[in-house]
Amino acid sequence: MKRKLPWVLLTIFLALMVAGLLLGEYKMVLEKAVTVCLDCIGIG
Amino acid sequence: MGFLTKPRQKRVWYQALGALAINAWLPNWLSGQIFQGKIKGVCVPVLNCYSCPSALGACPIGSIQTFFGGLRFNLSVAEKKFGLYVIGLLGVVGSIIGRMPCGWLCPFGLLQELMHKIPTPKLRVPRFFSSFRYVFLAVLVVALPLLIVDTMGFGQTWFCKWVCPAGTLEAGVPLVLLNEGLRGLVGFMYFWKIGLLVLFLGWMAVSKRPFCRAVCPLGAILGLFNKGSLFRMAVDDEKCTLCDACHKDCPVDIKIYESANSPDCVRCLKCVSSCEYGAISYDFLGKHETAADRRVSGEA
Repeated sequence: MKRKLPWVLLTIFLALMVAGLLLGEYKMVLEKAVTVCLDCIGIG
Repeated sequence: MGFLTKPRQKRVWYQALGALAINAWLPNWLSGQIFQGKIKGVCVPVLNCYSCPSALGACPIGSIQTFFGGLRFNLSVAEKKFGLYVIGLLGVVGSIIGRMPCGWLCPFGLLQELMHKIPTPKLRVPRFFSSFRYVFLAVLVVALPLLIVDTMGFGQTWFCKWVCPAGTLEAGVPLVLLNEGLRGLVGFMYFWKIGLLVLFLGWMAVSKRPFCRAVCPLGAILGLFNKGSLFRMAVDDEKCTLCDACHKDCPVDIKIYESANSPDCVRCLKCVSSCEYGAISYDFLGKHETAADRRVSGEA
């Protein structure tokens, strides 16, 4: 029997990822990632 | 090159190559700067600090905390930023391979396995510790960034700030050593994180991948997909003799014959190779393989 759950999950999360990209979230991640994270290094 | 085809050593090579590929901008280890290219907005599916000098991608756990921490401010200014990109990307990876990146790509996972090779008395991590990683995820990654905000409405990245030893090791130590300006800012928090890192390093030497099992919020997220992913582990009850060879070899100390797709499993496939009876197999898009198949294909 072919399992449907993984394909359903994949479709849902792919749609979420695309929605996030369309909302410009990549830029927000990029802005955070190219700045030294003071919290991460224990200085924040 | 026969040593490459032995599964135990072969996975180490994948892990080392994964760590190198994710942290490939090596010149920054001399300059003390961090990589700032446009591809850095791509989240990697492993715990790898984006402030590591050579990191090419973003840490998904740091990114998701940034979204949650900024959510209330963003809503107050009608900015639609919910973290869907990061949640979606982790869900896509999880629905395809579950927690496999932990076993094959994660630099911090590799470090834990190497540390465990140090000859010391060994201690089992109690099974209930596996629940703690969900507490770290729910409290430090989701709840506190959302609930505790400053006057502007911004929350903090609590997990990165108070716990993450990967950030301390990959970013805190090198950046503070290489930057005089940052050295001047070192205070209580820095020593807190260094202390935690030392504790984790010690724990890694005595226990198998303790951070992955008890703390890692990314492992908690990806592990939730193990039962529902395209990649599946399977144990043939008729062939399994309960010899426990798989359990002894397992880097996260689980008994796969009790739950083939346990959220704790990092899918390193060591058990597939260690089972002499061909009882453990995996299935991915119709490709089915057991230890016997791996031997035939020259991988064992």
